[in-house]
Amino acid sequence: MSPQAVLTQLRNSKLLSGRSAVIGVPYVWLLVFFLLPFLIVLKISVSEMETVHFKDLLTYKDGLLQLTLKFSNYEFIAEDPLYFKVYLASLKYAAATTLFCLLIGYPFSYFMARAKPSIQPALLMMVMLPFWTSFLLRVYAWKGLLGENGWVANLLEWLHVDHLLLALGVIPALGKFMNSPFSLVLGMTYTYLPFMILPLYANLAKMDLRLLEAAADLGATPWTAFWKVTVPLSKAGIIAGSMLVFIPCVGEFVIPELLGGPETLMIGRVLWDEFFSNNDWPMASSVAVVMILLIIVPLAIFNKYQAEAQEARS
Amino acid sequence: MNGKKPPIFGDAFNRRFGKAWLAAGFAFLYLPIIALVIYSFNDSPLPTTWGGFTLKWYGKLMHDTEMISGFWLSLKVAFFTACASVVLGMFAAFTLVKYKRFTGRTMFSGMVNAPLVMPEVIVGLSLLLMLVSVQRWLGFPERGAMTIWMGHLLLGLAYATVVIQARLQDLNPQIEEAAMDLGAKPHQVFFLVTMPMIGQALASAWLLTFTLSLDDVVLSAFLSGPGSTTMPLVIFSRARLGLNPSVNAVATVIIVVVCIAVVTASYLIARAERQRAREMAAAQRAS
Repeated sequence: MSPQAVLTQLRNSKLLSGRSAVIGVPYVWLLVFFLLPFLIVLKISVSEMETVHFKDLLTYKDGLLQLTLKFSNYEFIAEDPLYFKVYLASLKYAAATTLFCLLIGYPFSYFMARAKPSIQPALLMMVMLPFWTSFLLRVYAWKGLLGENGWVANLLEWLHVDHLLLALGVIPALGKFMNSPFSLVLGMTYTYLPFMILPLYANLAKMDLRLLEAAADLGATPWTAFWKVTVPLSKAGIIAGSMLVFIPCVGEFVIPELLGGPETLMIGRVLWDEFFSNNDWPMASSVAVVMILLIIVPLAIFNKYQAEAQEARS
Repeated sequence: MNGKKPPIFGDAFNRRFGKAWLAAGFAFLYLPIIALVIYSFNDSPLPTTWGGFTLKWYGKLMHDTEMISGFWLSLKVAFFTACASVVLGMFAAFTLVKYKRFTGRTMFSGMVNAPLVMPEVIVGLSLLLMLVSVQRWLGFPERGAMTIWMGHLLLGLAYATVVIQARLQDLNPQIEEAAMDLGAKPHQVFFLVTMPMIGQALASAWLLTFTLSLDDVVLSAFLSGPGSTTMPLVIFSRARLGLNPSVNAVATVIIVVVCIAVVTASYLIARAERQRAREMAAAQRAS
């Protein structure tokens, strides 16, 4: 049977009439449970809160159609310096976490990808394994490790790293590591490190090593070849890994709650408090909308990269 | 390659440096897990001071009704999340791999991928606000296991799609075409040819979404109702208050179960892979 005939058969077959179902089911699911909720958040963020219900945005009274949009929440966020500080802090901690993940994760992925091929699956498995065990419990473990008399706390004190950290202003006092910017960024770096390693490894393992040979033949030292060939070729992996770390970190709640302190207030926590403690749903929605605005550019970059990677593979 | 070693930091220093970096990285990744397990056997009122070996925290765990009922609820939600995620994820992965052109494809792939990175507080809040609106309008759903499941499914769908899609893309489409040439109906092609080839990916996706659901705090906190407290919510509320040996004991149980499950699963998957490679080789020799 010729390829054309196969195609014709395909076109006439159930596979294509099933096509709409295959596309439709997840599509509708996502529209209803992912997109629609965002629109509702957007709506509630400009709604007036009455005692129990929200006031309708559109009201019809005495032959007058009235649209009420309440922007006071956004004005409040824009004017209150606390919110500005919190948004800035969230971006700062997320950026620091991304940087540390890259600094630790890039050499890690590089050496993993250049290890003996026979042991690479085992190494990959070892990176994945902590990812399978509870993230909440691994974050909790750091409370013990960094707390008074904890293993890591003792080690850092013995190495006098606490003097350096205090000089940098990321811990409150000598020997006190918990509930500080240091413990927060350490915890986030720890949690998100596999998200940096996996795309970088996938990228570096695919690289054509003959390019490095060519670079060497043309007189490049290994170091030059690394910077001029390997790093530029792994750009896609660096971007994917960085976005996978940065975007969720901006809105992280559990890690700041367990490892952060009073001065490491992050936006996820603010949203949580507006919702659960203050019961101010319109305010929580406004905070969420502003958070989405903060991450929309990284999100677009991530989606573009994902789409490109998907096209490139097939 | 022509046998010559490419200049990839081949000298002894870098090889040693590379090994040291990998070792340090793995130490960083595994240290908290080891500490959790060790301190679950700690017989001391102070959680970070070693006071001898004990099993009393495990004994207490058996009578911890809050934790146990949370565990059963989490298990139930995780099971249904994993099953639904794999089915929907398979549909979504098929859509992304096989159908290159349809209206709204960009939006579709965006919506599939976004939950991978979207901060969970946003997803949780928006889903809850929608469910509340729906509830006001229709009178259901009541917040509970069902609403937690919906939230977890959103996350699980994204992860399952990525895993299954990667496998589908590596498939040789000629195999499916050959089956069709030989007269297989589309559903036969799917169940007899495609499914067995992506079976491992389906299994990994199931396990991954199961553990994701079993682990989730933020979505569960937004979507749970009174009386539907999942295990991570119990653990989280205790961990917030400080160190608690009961949490270490739960952690150890989970870690042991997960390690056994993952190692067994990957062993079985690797064995199936080798088996298939052998059969493929035999088939090629025969032809």
